Amino acid sequence: MIELPIALADLWFGIVLAFLAAFLFLDGFDFGVGAIFALRTDATEREQLLAAIGPFWDGNEVWLVVFGGGLFAAFPPVYAGLFSRHYLLLFGVLGALILRGLAPEFYEQREDERWHRWWGRAFVAGSVGAPFLLGVFTANWVLGVSGIAPASVVVGLAVVALTVVSGAAFLGVKTRGSFREETTAYGPRAAVAYLALVVVALALAAPRLAFGPTTLFLVALSVALAGGYVLALRRGRYHLALATAGGLTAGLVALVGAWLYPLADPATGLTVADAAVGSPSIELLTGASVLLLPLVATYFVMLYSVFRGPIEPGETY
Amino acid sequence: MPIRPEHIHDGPNSDPRRPPRRGTDDEPAPGGGDVIDPALASRLQFALTTIVHIIFPVMSMGLAPFLVYFTWKEVRTGEALYVRLRRFWTKIFAISFAVGTVTGLVLEFEFGTNFAAFSETVGALMGGPLAVEGMMAFMLEATFLGVFVFGRERVSDRFYFVSSVFVGLGTWLSAVWILIANSWMQTPRGFEMVTENGHPVVALTDPIAAYANPRFPWMFVHMQNAAVLSVALFMAGVAAYHIYRRRHLGVVDSGNYDAEFWRATLKVALVVLIVTAPFQVIHGDAYGRHVAETQPQKFAAMEAVWETDSYVPEYLIAFPTSVEDLTDPRAKELFGIGIPGGASWLASGGDASAEITGLNEFEESPPVAVVFWSFRAMVALGFWFVVLAFWSAYRWYSGELYDDRLLHKALMVSALAGVFTVELGWIVTEVGRQPWVIQGVMKTTAGVSPGLTGTDAALTLGGFAAVYLGLLTVYTYVIARIVRRGPKPPESDAESGRETSTIDPAPEVTDD
Repeated sequence: MIELPIALADLWFGIVLAFLAAFLFLDGFDFGVGAIFALRTDATEREQLLAAIGPFWDGNEVWLVVFGGGLFAAFPPVYAGLFSRHYLLLFGVLGALILRGLAPEFYEQREDERWHRWWGRAFVAGSVGAPFLLGVFTANWVLGVSGIAPASVVVGLAVVALTVVSGAAFLGVKTRGSFREETTAYGPRAAVAYLALVVVALALAAPRLAFGPTTLFLVALSVALAGGYVLALRRGRYHLALATAGGLTAGLVALVGAWLYPLADPATGLTVADAAVGSPSIELLTGASVLLLPLVATYFVMLYSVFRGPIEPGETY
Repeated sequence: MPIRPEHIHDGPNSDPRRPPRRGTDDEPAPGGGDVIDPALASRLQFALTTIVHIIFPVMSMGLAPFLVYFTWKEVRTGEALYVRLRRFWTKIFAISFAVGTVTGLVLEFEFGTNFAAFSETVGALMGGPLAVEGMMAFMLEATFLGVFVFGRERVSDRFYFVSSVFVGLGTWLSAVWILIANSWMQTPRGFEMVTENGHPVVALTDPIAAYANPRFPWMFVHMQNAAVLSVALFMAGVAAYHIYRRRHLGVVDSGNYDAEFWRATLKVALVVLIVTAPFQVIHGDAYGRHVAETQPQKFAAMEAVWETDSYVPEYLIAFPTSVEDLTDPRAKELFGIGIPGGASWLASGGDASAEITGLNEFEESPPVAVVFWSFRAMVALGFWFVVLAFWSAYRWYSGELYDDRLLHKALMVSALAGVFTVELGWIVTEVGRQPWVIQGVMKTTAGVSPGLTGTDAALTLGGFAAVYLGLLTVYTYVIARIVRRGPKPPESDAESGRETSTIDPAPEVTDD
């Protein structure tokens, strides 16, 4: 039949995981800001937290759209199998993302306290629920299980901790003064929690996972990056802290890739090579991405440089 | 009683003389203990989630050209009026866009969760357009929206204007890719069926044939014009509401009534209405002909023609005289006013004697009543919009645009009619293609996720019904509130705006 371009299949496996990593990092700090929102009660502070993510969250969330689209386009049987097996879990993710997306939009529409309280809760529930459930989903994917496995729940919590790690560093960039001191203080604690949860998850999942040089290296790298993160935060190098948080996220997704490969879906035993779409679909997809992804990168550089630096007084959501 | 094709459910090998029964033959019966047939629940859920979702892209795609225009005028003239126009309508755009993002993500996930078999079959052909939509359109739109909504003070005028263009371009490019995927499902070509990993799979053989689909330009033009028309109606309705309250009811309570703003809104909206409403009717007529050629089954359902016939009349107005007419319309038996040969003329492009293939020629039919009545209502509303356009144009010409009470009322009641008509159009398009999900290639029931249980499906269906009801309520409430309060007054601070709203006694929404 059609001769499968193996190299392109592997490339797309990497690209799809990179989309996932981009989402978990970029929207991750939005989620982290949402978690920190729960810990702050002052109305002005909460307003600042919403203003910090205002221009970014929508663009950041598109990485999940391209992750879904990329998986659908490059590995249709994996997309179909994975999404239908984790039916309720994914609707949970969607529900959380609906809450997170709408809450700030609606929060701003009225001034009264009850309205703010409820949309504030919705914002927190969405911001914490989405990464938790996505973590459970990703762990289930790697382990080839469905339902709610203990190891997956721990991974879910680890992803939530990771979003707080990113969120605290992001607020280090976006806020100033005592508010910055207080919000960035959540970062080191979250980093420790993240490492501890990862260790617990690995212990729980150990019977199902094989440890090789790559995976051990990635775990060691994560520990080193977490250390670097704490140091950077302590020294007030917030951009560097944000970058190490990004490294931590990339490391986690790289672990996912290392454990999956050469399988694309351990539950069905489908390999990356077998699951990939044939020619010419995959070539067209690759061509389109080669043209578009540099543009996408430009948009993000543009967006983040327009809104670089701290939130200015008077800037609201 | 003659056997009607819509009673046959189960594919080619079912005997047309057998009494209709669900869940027989090749279609697996719903599981014994299941609360609901997962296929039915998935279809209802997809219908519900698309019907709700499409409202928001219509709002954002339709508002986009207006926002580009307001921004252009603001940047060029620096007039405060355009700042107010741009700000006010951007607020509605931003909320609609946020809701559109989250409800759109639901659809992308649902292909996998509920229609896994369909996804696996079409992934090689339809996955690409969806992925490219994300990278090309959505990324552009979402990033520049950040600048457009939050960055007025941070960027130059020129950059700001470019942002408005890119946001608009993004929303329209999104439609390009979604409609490329959808049009292929209406008139599929450029592929062959192969078996992969034990499943029937569509393999792309000719990308140009598949993606440059004959249906695409029809859908795109019809949809984009509909979106702009719908938003023009919405803006005109909102403006008419404010002008009517002030001029005819003499309400002066809202201290921030902005005559200049609402008059400008009304005029801009009417100019667009006058262009788009007649165009939609003319274009729709030609589009109908294309459907008759490429999807005769759908066209027969739109016209409720059962027996193949020539000189088929077009019923401009059809009255159901019994419940049966309503639920099972047959053009020949309806009491209506028809143009002799009109449907034939429509289908053939000018030949009143042309033959129309009846539904009896096909093994299965779509739910004819839904398609027939939705089509009638869509066309009737389309003509109503033309009437509104000419009426407004005449009043404008005669200098009575702000005086015609009846016109203002008509515009007000039509404010949401455009969006409603878009829904009707999509119902004709999608329900009219049933039982096929890909015309002539794959049945909708065959596309459902094989492992899906009725309990899970019922749970999410119920969840969506509740969540989307809440979502629509809050969205309507928030938009109605913004519309009622109007723009921020030209020379006053936020404080006074707040004050007026609490004493605003508008009846439909109460603040607490």
